[in-house]
Amino acid sequence: MNKIYGLERADLEKWLSRWSEKSTVYCPDEGDGRGPASFSGWKVWAGDVLPEIKPGPAKCSIKTFYFPQPESLHTFSTASDDPDAFLLMEAERDRSANVLVGLRPCDARAVYLNGLPYSKDPYFQHRDSRTTLVGFSCLEQCSTCFCQEVGGSPFDTHRLDIAITEIKGRFIAEVLSERGEALVDGAGGAGPASDKEIAELDRLKNEAKVLKSDSGENLKAKELMALYNAGFWDSVADSCLNCGACTFLCPTCYCFDIQDEVVGNKGRRIRYWDSCMFPLYSQHASGHNPRGMKMQRVRNRFMHKLKYFPDRFGPLSCVGCGRCIRECPVNIDIREVLKDLLGVE
Amino acid sequence: MNPYLPYSARINDAVVETEDGNIKTFRLVLENEEERRKFRQTPGQFAMLSLAGKGEIPIGIASSPTEEGYLMFTVNKAGLVTTALHQMPVGARIGVRGPLGNGFPINTEIKGKNIVIIAGGFAFTTLRATLIYILANRADYGKVTVIYGARTPGMLLYKDEFKEWEKRDDVDVHVTIDQEAPDWTGLVGFVPTVAGEVGPSPENSVALICGPPIMIRFTMPPLEKIGWTDDQVYLSLENRMKCGLGVCGHCNVGPIYPCKDGPVFTRTQVKSLPLEY
Repeated sequence: MNKIYGLERADLEKWLSRWSEKSTVYCPDEGDGRGPASFSGWKVWAGDVLPEIKPGPAKCSIKTFYFPQPESLHTFSTASDDPDAFLLMEAERDRSANVLVGLRPCDARAVYLNGLPYSKDPYFQHRDSRTTLVGFSCLEQCSTCFCQEVGGSPFDTHRLDIAITEIKGRFIAEVLSERGEALVDGAGGAGPASDKEIAELDRLKNEAKVLKSDSGENLKAKELMALYNAGFWDSVADSCLNCGACTFLCPTCYCFDIQDEVVGNKGRRIRYWDSCMFPLYSQHASGHNPRGMKMQRVRNRFMHKLKYFPDRFGPLSCVGCGRCIRECPVNIDIREVLKDLLGVE
Repeated sequence: MNPYLPYSARINDAVVETEDGNIKTFRLVLENEEERRKFRQTPGQFAMLSLAGKGEIPIGIASSPTEEGYLMFTVNKAGLVTTALHQMPVGARIGVRGPLGNGFPINTEIKGKNIVIIAGGFAFTTLRATLIYILANRADYGKVTVIYGARTPGMLLYKDEFKEWEKRDDVDVHVTIDQEAPDWTGLVGFVPTVAGEVGPSPENSVALICGPPIMIRFTMPPLEKIGWTDDQVYLSLENRMKCGLGVCGHCNVGPIYPCKDGPVFTRTQVKSLPLEY
């Protein structure tokens, strides 16, 4: 049985203060993203009050934290008098411990999902092992939220270390992992949640479960090429501009490119986000492009999330955060594509 | 162990293979002796060649694990990294990351079978590794047939080695060029035509085919006519790759990653996939 605490706002702020002593604590930043040592969409907690956690997911997913833009893989020297010139060395890694507070369950679920293909990636695993995730369950969903349709829930706890639910001005904190326990132990200031609060939490969770769907299992049962050759792809892709905004906002779009950078006689090998919406993504050196047409790229993005990934790893590679729906300049809606795919016989 | 970190190697030898000067074979020696001993490729596997400051490229390993102490890569000059590589002198430092991918099932499914190797142009590289391996373990395989073609005599790879193989009586070699050329006394004709004329028996046999897609497409009908089926045919796919580990996403052909699940597939498997290679 998980430990469940009941906190006043001031108690929670006290927790954050204690955590800040040993870790860098980040909160969602809806401002200009230029806070101290911030990464896009998140800022270091200023040490005063708990920022308002607005309904729905933060503007940028925590992909901005998990996949830094760019991330150094290796470093090297190009100095002609250096005996180790052009020898690639592992880049220095960030040793700090991090606590991310205020992410939504969908973003934490994305870390769990990305962890499947990245199970042996030393950079991702290093960062993940030094990061504690403190999520806020969703009592209110946005019009673009659809986590229940893709296997998630407003109370999903995948990869979360602590899940906090705000009930009548109090914060009910469920400790879900050893890492979460380590944070709470010794932070003080919080008593166990009351039986009434626990009962209310259970009621909210059960209510949310009712909406759960099994789109993932449905799609897995369908024949790959029937989905691939479905008639609707041209009309889905028709209005797409191939701008790639969806892939950059998506917390589960994890593709990357690798390039080398040299300044003076110091070089580094970096990786940074790439997008299957771009023609160069799949273009061979010969000029041949297996996905040279826009429709092929649009289809690849949706097929990867909704069919290829689940066939390989189990769950859908979509958390239903709705960022792509919210920001798409031509209103392409992944929920419609999901519905179309589920309708294929 | 960091799978993104290449082994350090030195270019030990570089030979221009073709008359257009566009294809060079590099012989690399890993700098660390223990890494050199541990590097054991299966024919058909590839490695990322890594030029610090330029980038990485996936290239099939042209040498067999039976050729100890060095690795061979035959590289067509096509993009930024391959162009830089072609300009590198002997002795220069280079990174090697691998071996990657699955390779031909040389010690499992195809062991004990008659082997038919069919290749066109500069796609003979991993098949060279395979042929060398088979010849070094000759008793483990049945009849070995090689059908190889290029546009002109000057575009054929590994010319000296072919001369040696043609002399052997335990391997049946057919080298062809597309059109008549001065001083050429060998076969003339496209690979599919020659494959039809040679007509290798499908009985207890497998075919390993590498070449341009158009060659593969036209090679299948003459083979099918004499009873070959898709599950006897092994192909090697290639796509743009970055990580070589099935993570970065680039090379996907529908649900599979040629870098990790391949690059070698049976034709049956390839036909079940979207045409995205």
